Amino acid sequence: MNVQKGRGAAAMRKASPGSVRRAFQPWNDPAAQPLVEFRGVTKRFGGVTAVADVSLSLYPREFFALLGPSGCGKTTLMRMLAGFETPDEGQILLDGVEITTVPPHLRPVNMMFQSYALFPHLSVADNIGYGLKREGLPRVEIDRRVAEMLALVKLDGLGKRRPDQLSGGQRQRVALARALAKRPKLLLLDEPMAALDRKLREATQFELMDIQSELGTAFMVVTHDQDEAMTMADRMAVMDHGRLVQIGPPDVIYEAPVNRHVAEFVGDINIIEGRVEAIDGDLVSVTTPLAGRVELNEEAPALSPGAPVLVGLRPEKIVLSHDEPAQGSNKVRGEIWDIGYLGDMTMVQVMVGGDDGQLLKVSLTNRSRRIERPFAWEDTVWLSWDVEAGLVLKP
Amino acid sequence: MSGPVSPVKAPARLIVAVPYLWLGLFFLAPFAMVLRIALSDAATALPPYAPHFEGFAALRDFLAGLDLENFGLIWVDPLYWQSYLLSLRIAALTTLIALAIGYPLAYAMASAPARWRAILLVLVILPFWTSFLIRVYAWIGILRPEGLLDMALAALGLSDQPLRLLNTETAVLIGMVYSYLPFMVLPLYATLEKLDRSLLEAAADLGATPLRAFLTVTLPLSLPGILAGSALVFIPAIGEFVIPDLLGGPDTTMIGKVLWTEFFSNRDWPLASAVAVVLLVVLVLPLALLQRARVRAGEGGGAA
Repeated sequence: MNVQKGRGAAAMRKASPGSVRRAFQPWNDPAAQPLVEFRGVTKRFGGVTAVADVSLSLYPREFFALLGPSGCGKTTLMRMLAGFETPDEGQILLDGVEITTVPPHLRPVNMMFQSYALFPHLSVADNIGYGLKREGLPRVEIDRRVAEMLALVKLDGLGKRRPDQLSGGQRQRVALARALAKRPKLLLLDEPMAALDRKLREATQFELMDIQSELGTAFMVVTHDQDEAMTMADRMAVMDHGRLVQIGPPDVIYEAPVNRHVAEFVGDINIIEGRVEAIDGDLVSVTTPLAGRVELNEEAPALSPGAPVLVGLRPEKIVLSHDEPAQGSNKVRGEIWDIGYLGDMTMVQVMVGGDDGQLLKVSLTNRSRRIERPFAWEDTVWLSWDVEAGLVLKP
Repeated sequence: MSGPVSPVKAPARLIVAVPYLWLGLFFLAPFAMVLRIALSDAATALPPYAPHFEGFAALRDFLAGLDLENFGLIWVDPLYWQSYLLSLRIAALTTLIALAIGYPLAYAMASAPARWRAILLVLVILPFWTSFLIRVYAWIGILRPEGLLDMALAALGLSDQPLRLLNTETAVLIGMVYSYLPFMVLPLYATLEKLDRSLLEAAADLGATPLRAFLTVTLPLSLPGILAGSALVFIPAIGEFVIPDLLGGPDTTMIGKVLWTEFFSNRDWPLASAVAVVLLVVLVLPLALLQRARVRAGEGGGAA
């Protein structure tokens, strides 16, 4: 069942920030009409393939994030949607209409630029009203819409300022208001938070999500910041070398990455090499030189005994203890090499398998205000984890 | 400012003083001398003038005998104000034509791939390696009857009549635009090259056609370059002497030529100095106004 997002959803999300809205899943609904479709889109610059055979559908009201390291082609993909680049192969459809070669000024898509690209010679109000003026709207209507937009981004009363009289955060809001003023069906945001400091970034992320669900506009965000993508997006796509590696809701990407690249790019992960020993239904036993026998649950594992595999372990899923755990597998002994105190949590690096072994990261949530920590440098400790903790990656 | 002046500041102040010293020595002092001559009577002597002002003791005599008749003559005799008007017109036309040619040129240069820009820039400056005088002389060869231009037109079958361009106002305009074009192109290129291309993308993204984006974004943002280039062309053009002398006819008496004639042919230094002083006022006033307008435009956003 498809529940429409709206003010209710925004309020709900405020109560539990970052929660994934299970009700909104048009990508699982075969009847849903996509807002944007990329069909086998390829773009080359000289000899370099920036975007390679990308097929992707975005749905109305969706908050979509394109995640990837710099140079992975995510910005090129977005710029093709805005009309600043033309694909060499493939098609782009908007609302079922092909727009592959339509020039940018004729596309009902607006973009918020990474540099904000505010017109320095125009006031804030004239910046926001620029697109409306191009539409030929009457002055009164433009003024009304500009005031509406200023209120939306909480910049009331600053309409007469020039961009250079604003703070970085205010400029970002003007850029957002300007891109939203024409009420586009799809808003493209190129690294929208890159120029903001961390505190402001977090606050703005939630505000952006509220604005998005209030307006019902589909957002496509390009970012290299996985926290940003995971916080805001309904779905995200991880790109690497011009290809889409995985598309899915943030929790699926984090907990079930399709390969080592995704697993390492999204969040921290420890990778342990091993070989499949036995498969019993969903339970996979892996022999690892480092940690002995590792057991993990994997739905319908497409593996055969003897095959080399990688076991992925997120740092927060490992338990640290001084005494040897009672369980027979999924444990390994090591020595603490480094302790990084981060306030909310502590990141412990444990050397496993002797001095030439492998460093494993373990994160501990700091539940107590006590400063004395139970673990110290050079302590010998045990690492253990649940059968649900590990994930199998093909090498 | 509060607190003791740190020792670093004294040299800093000296550095600020240098341009003022330069202006005082090489602009203000000569101007005072010219003004002094302008307020004198012509005399057949060496130097060919009789000064009124000889020391502070004679200040009263000086004020009583101060002679504004040279300025009166400039006001009364149509030769002078007609020359000023002609100079203004030719300088203004030169500026406009240079802008019309220079803007697209600078725009194309700024849009060219980065590796081409340095080469294009050198090409714009290249004519400066040849003497200005020789380049103007070359235009005589091009423009004269049966000259290169007429021959080229005849060879192309476009015209077999000589154009008779030399010694006309058109010839002066051609020579002026040719000579001053780099001064228009360089500041325009400097502003256009700095222009953030993403602003044009933003304009297009918001529905502006390429022409509309140019008119609403590129043009207003290149205004400082337009003003700088126009000033750099207009100011030397108005006092230009060599080009009207070589390419112009008897009726293209621009003020620089009048000045030269008064100084060297008529040996009337006071009148020539008065002509120079008036020229300066005609130049300095619009420049001062322009500067004030620019400062005000810069502050415009402050009035929130």
